[in-house]
Amino acid sequence: MGLSAVAPLWGPPGLLLAIALHPALSVPLRRDYCVLGAGPAGLQMAYFLQHAGRDYEVFERAPRPGSFFTRYPRHRKLISINKRYTGKANAEFNLRHDWNSLLSHDPRLLFRHYSRAYFPDAHDMVRYLGDFADTLGLRIQYNTTIAHVTLDKDRRAWNGHYFILTDQKGQVHQCSVLLVATGLSVPNQVDFPGSENVEGYESVSIDPEDFIGQNVLILGRGNSAFETAENILGVTNFIHMLSRSRVRLSWATHYVGDLRAINNGLLDTYQLKSLDGLLESDLRDLAILKDSKGKFHVTLKFFLEEASTNQSTDAITLPQDDNDNFAMRVPYDRVIRCLGWNFDFSIFNKSLRLNSGNAFGKKYPLIRASYESKGSRGLFILGTASHSVDYRKSAGGFIHGFRYTVRAVHRLLEHRHHSVAWPATELPITQLTSSIVRRVNEASGLYQMFGVLADVILLKENAMAFEYLEEFPIQMLAQLETLTGRKARHGLFVINMEYGRNFSGPDKDVFFDDRSVGHMEDAWQSNFLHPVIYYYRYLPTEQEVRFRPVHWPLPRPTAIHHIVEDFLTDWTAPIGHILPLRRFLENCLDTDLRSFYAESCFLFALTHQKLPPFCQQGYLRMQGLMSTESLWQHRVESRLLRDDAPTGRDLEDSSQQPGDQELLGAPLAPGPLAQSLDSNKEEL
Amino acid sequence: MSSGFNVFRVGISFVIMCSFYMPTVDSLLELSPQKYFSTLQPGKASLAYFCQADSPRTSVFLEELNEAVRPLQDYGISVAKVNCVKEEISRYCGKEKDLMKAYLFKGNVLLREFPTDTLFDVNAIVAHVLFALLFNEVKYITNVEDLQNIENALKGKANIIFSYVRAIGIPEHRAVMEAAFVYGTTYQFVLTTEIALLENIGSEDVEYAHLYFFHCKLVLDLTQQCRRTLMEQPLTTLNIHLFIKTMKAPLLTEVAEDPQQVSTVHLQLGLPLVFIVSQQATYEADRRTAEWVAWRLLGKAGVLLLLRDSLEVNIPQHANVVFKRAEKGVPVEFLVLHDVDLIISHVEHNMHIEEIQEDEDDDMEGPDIDVQDDEVAETVFRDRKRKLPLELTVELTEETFNATVMASDSIVLFYAGWQAVSMAFLQSYIDVAVQLKGTSTMLLTRINCADWSDVCTKQNVTEFPIVKMYKKGENPVSYAGMLGTKDLLKFIQLNRISYPVNITSIQEAEEYLSGELYKDLISYSSVSVLGLFSPTMTTAKEDFSEAGNYLKGYVITGIYSEEDVLLLSNKYAASLPGLLLARHTEGKIESIPLANTHAEDIVQIVTDALLEMFPEITVENLPSYFRLQKPLLILFSDGSINPQYKKAILTLVKQKYLDSLTPCWLNLKNTPVGTGILRAYFDPLPPLPLLVLVNLHSGGQVFAFPSDQAIIEENLVLWLKKLEAGLENHITILPAQEWKPPLPAYDFLSMMDAATSQHSTRKIPQCMKETDVQENDKEQHEDKSAVRKEPIETLRIKHWNRSNWFKEAEKSFRHDKEL
Repeated sequence: MGLSAVAPLWGPPGLLLAIALHPALSVPLRRDYCVLGAGPAGLQMAYFLQHAGRDYEVFERAPRPGSFFTRYPRHRKLISINKRYTGKANAEFNLRHDWNSLLSHDPRLLFRHYSRAYFPDAHDMVRYLGDFADTLGLRIQYNTTIAHVTLDKDRRAWNGHYFILTDQKGQVHQCSVLLVATGLSVPNQVDFPGSENVEGYESVSIDPEDFIGQNVLILGRGNSAFETAENILGVTNFIHMLSRSRVRLSWATHYVGDLRAINNGLLDTYQLKSLDGLLESDLRDLAILKDSKGKFHVTLKFFLEEASTNQSTDAITLPQDDNDNFAMRVPYDRVIRCLGWNFDFSIFNKSLRLNSGNAFGKKYPLIRASYESKGSRGLFILGTASHSVDYRKSAGGFIHGFRYTVRAVHRLLEHRHHSVAWPATELPITQLTSSIVRRVNEASGLYQMFGVLADVILLKENAMAFEYLEEFPIQMLAQLETLTGRKARHGLFVINMEYGRNFSGPDKDVFFDDRSVGHMEDAWQSNFLHPVIYYYRYLPTEQEVRFRPVHWPLPRPTAIHHIVEDFLTDWTAPIGHILPLRRFLENCLDTDLRSFYAESCFLFALTHQKLPPFCQQGYLRMQGLMSTESLWQHRVESRLLRDDAPTGRDLEDSSQQPGDQELLGAPLAPGPLAQSLDSNKEEL
Repeated sequence: MSSGFNVFRVGISFVIMCSFYMPTVDSLLELSPQKYFSTLQPGKASLAYFCQADSPRTSVFLEELNEAVRPLQDYGISVAKVNCVKEEISRYCGKEKDLMKAYLFKGNVLLREFPTDTLFDVNAIVAHVLFALLFNEVKYITNVEDLQNIENALKGKANIIFSYVRAIGIPEHRAVMEAAFVYGTTYQFVLTTEIALLENIGSEDVEYAHLYFFHCKLVLDLTQQCRRTLMEQPLTTLNIHLFIKTMKAPLLTEVAEDPQQVSTVHLQLGLPLVFIVSQQATYEADRRTAEWVAWRLLGKAGVLLLLRDSLEVNIPQHANVVFKRAEKGVPVEFLVLHDVDLIISHVEHNMHIEEIQEDEDDDMEGPDIDVQDDEVAETVFRDRKRKLPLELTVELTEETFNATVMASDSIVLFYAGWQAVSMAFLQSYIDVAVQLKGTSTMLLTRINCADWSDVCTKQNVTEFPIVKMYKKGENPVSYAGMLGTKDLLKFIQLNRISYPVNITSIQEAEEYLSGELYKDLISYSSVSVLGLFSPTMTTAKEDFSEAGNYLKGYVITGIYSEEDVLLLSNKYAASLPGLLLARHTEGKIESIPLANTHAEDIVQIVTDALLEMFPEITVENLPSYFRLQKPLLILFSDGSINPQYKKAILTLVKQKYLDSLTPCWLNLKNTPVGTGILRAYFDPLPPLPLLVLVNLHSGGQVFAFPSDQAIIEENLVLWLKKLEAGLENHITILPAQEWKPPLPAYDFLSMMDAATSQHSTRKIPQCMKETDVQENDKEQHEDKSAVRKEPIETLRIKHWNRSNWFKEAEKSFRHDKEL
């Protein structure tokens, strides 16, 4: 984001050496952490580094943060929602619906204080980012263009090498860790004959007046293409939109990067046959010819290759010559390219081995699930450019997703370089159900980065206590111990949020009947985002994570629990949500996690040799829960307790009838109740 | 039957014994051929699956075989997977991968070989293996003549259990084989899969499995046919077991007791009893009627002949039939029925109700996992609609939190609105507010962490509920007492002043010790502690102050370190530094020396001093005594304790007889839950008072002081000595089981597996026309709804109850065998 799109091509290495050795510039400035770019991701990382008291510097080409947003999106409307009201006070929960704020401890630095619009103006984002940097006093070197990055091997360095950054003035910076948050800054261009006739999204006029009465062809089918179309829909003769694959609607795919409903006016007019239209074809097979009147004709590259080079454009075959109902047979006044953006690889020296990925295009640099470059240790990609990890799946390419992945990277670094273990809360096992219920109801990182970041519960010996780790990158689960400094010797739970396996997709009907599930036992068929808890007796290995079953975010667990989807995303119903969760946890741990009043614990203490964890960790430590008058009354009515009134019926009577189990006296019959998940197999 | 089998049986019981003592091996053993053959023991059966070492490690067959390990082990049959390796060539190792077989050995004799496809699931494995082993006990027949021959051969000798199953290897077959394993020596089992045979016997509904009991033993005339009784319940191991039990019971019993008191095996099996009322005059006829009824009701009810003349209790004049249900506590019915068929239909009608109930039970399969079994969650839920006077406490928010706790001394309850324990405690908290209304300087506040998560996290609150006290100029203190009105109230009241209290004059010290100084507080703290120090003992004073601060809210502490401290120390014979403990209820003052005692040790000394010699044990104070780890000597008293008993025990305490015990008494009026405890110790409950020794921490034995002896010193001493010498028998041992999950959870993993396996069986072709896609989509949706139903019926893991029954049945099976 903050870097020049076109970097100078570097000459032989000698030239670099000469500059580096120049006396005035030879003293490199040293930093532990260097951040490239003061966009949202760069600022977010700067905040965490600052908060942890680390030695860092942010380099920004522009004079202010967030320069990308000074020009883009061209039509100034951000499509990340700025939901200011949710009816809830919980700040963490509210972040689930605030897609623009960065994370900080300062509640004034929430985006809702910067715009009242649900789809805010990009200028407000620029203002917000500027305030964020200023208020928090982040260390940013503005007007500094890093022109070249290279490696300097040094065994004393944290990662065995330093990153050497050279700015436009020739100043050299030596960094132990390089955090690249430069976004995607190079417009994607497809090379085909006539592509020089195409105007780019980055420079095309945004004044509808310039399009009056014109035939417009737009290449691309993303949000920028539709945004461009939306702007001129009312003044053009028609707009045709051409792309390789069919349009993907984000409400069908549950991926915010696909076409958002706010931009889809053209779909409407296409389907209502109001002259606009959508077409699918591979751009690389096409050619665009400019005729003598300056109009553009679409033809096939194939025809162009057939014709000799010196033929006039009018003589080249057009598809409609053979096929007189060819769709794009009308000439266009303008052709606009809206094909997205690529990462700028140009400033990185080969020695960094920062390569582009292969799977989904070349737009992103190749990184691990820990956001570290596969090519060089200590080089991390943050922000939009790190989206290869969850492209088309989750929100890692957007502010409301990468603010959490940046925090995860920071936590990894804190452990790697400063021996600060991944933050964790240690709690007694009696708090297990509650701690999960709390997180699934408020955590925003889990909610936004579903399938990417997940909470991990590490059990202690004998499962009497546990450590709760938030928002760990789950694809790195096998390396959890080395990455976090925490031990996972006694089993673990992973809490992930998931959509139903077959629910989302570009051609799926997401409005079918019975799309939502209400009953607890159908929870595994929930379609909308809901919490899923995986239980592993042992930390999965790298192999198991890599070769996990298709469509599974994690390897096959020992046991799995789905909390049934909820219309209000409020998973606090005592029977519908909490009870099945407790039963699951109990059966994983092979223990009884119910809570008891002190009276019950008293009874158990004098009639059993062992006590349930709740009585052990509460009552016996003189922190038992006393019941009140009215609760006592309900307790009697509920018949959940043994009848301890002297007039009660004989205990032995009821205990002989298997249907009439005494719930509280459960251990009296340990055989069948001792059924853990190991022994769920039917015997009959 | 065959004598060779008895050897085998011995082997089995041996194995059962072993498996009882050894950790059972539940997973499949994997051995090389050589190893495997070296493990075979004479007389012992073993099932081995031979497979190539390089074959896939998992297959459907192996999974099923793995599941069969346990059931087969119960029958003394070991199971192994033998990996054929190149070096060891065994003739059992097939040449090709798909020709691998399972072999059944007894000793090292090959009994049978099974192609793996016959052993299609765990039922098939168990059924086939037992079938092969019990080839004498279970005769397999295919035609009517065979059946006729067996029947004729056994007339007057033994009874026959004839069963028809649709196929070999299905669950019903397994159930029959498991029954044959137990009863094979007592009855001749006959098995068929031919429908024709069943039709010949006259059965309808031939698509189901059938089991008949042929009463051949009674038949003396060879031309007569054996009576047959059809088992009407579905064929399961348990049902067969119950059925055979009823067949074994005498057909007709004569009784002359109160029908309410009569019990037979039928009642235990859940079947009703029918009494035919008889008089001397009509005895012969009545007996014939009763026999006739008994045959009709065989397997459905027990039939008895009730001799009215020799009966002491009155039964209604006209009643000729008495009906007693299997349910306990239901009074018997006196009926007037003049037709045998009416008797039968009455029983069947009532059976019918019972069957419906059973069906319901079956659906429910015991406690429903969707039913709340957490008493706190349940009571809070039931109470959700009651309005609490919440306005008596101040509700804090993110905005008001800091300002409030800075402005005034406050108690803050951190809770979560969705958490049951929090909400239960909120009620006690509100009760405290009600009691303190207008009297306290302490502001009672609460904050819902479900709303104000960040505030709670900042206050280091990560679990709920938590109570903290915020006082000006002091660090917040977490309340660590019982989550109840009484203890919290005590904490708040005692915290009206700061601890330790600085006492400045001898007179003030005396007032302090007498309880005069803090008259209004001593009802909350029965002990006041005064630390005595000379002015120069700075370290000791610091330690004591730290301890006093730690104990604030639980006990009153004061400090005296004026120049004239010696006056006090002399008066109360206390050394310096030292503690004076004033017990206000007893009006006693004790002294304890302190020498280089650290704060935590002082805390311990004071805490120990708070314990009484012979306390009334209550729900609130049990934990303090419990942690002493000594056996409890509890006197259960209905109301206040008899002063004589108290005296007797206190004397024993003084004479050091009870040093290794914690003597206490329990007032059932104050602590009604004590009744539940007594019921766990005694059956039946003797009259109170009861003196009990409970060895909670080592062994769990409960000893009862003989209730016919008076609770006096001599008797107690004698009893304690006998106890020590191990001459007393315990009346019960407290269960030592771990607390396991009360009920199973939904097994979503299996449901997901089942769904994927269903899907994978019909793969959707890759290339489709557009219309196909739509149709297929629809199909998938229908598919989905099918999937939805399937798991509900088959995959709910609620069968725990049933499997328990099975185990019970199995236990009695074994018992039968020994006999």
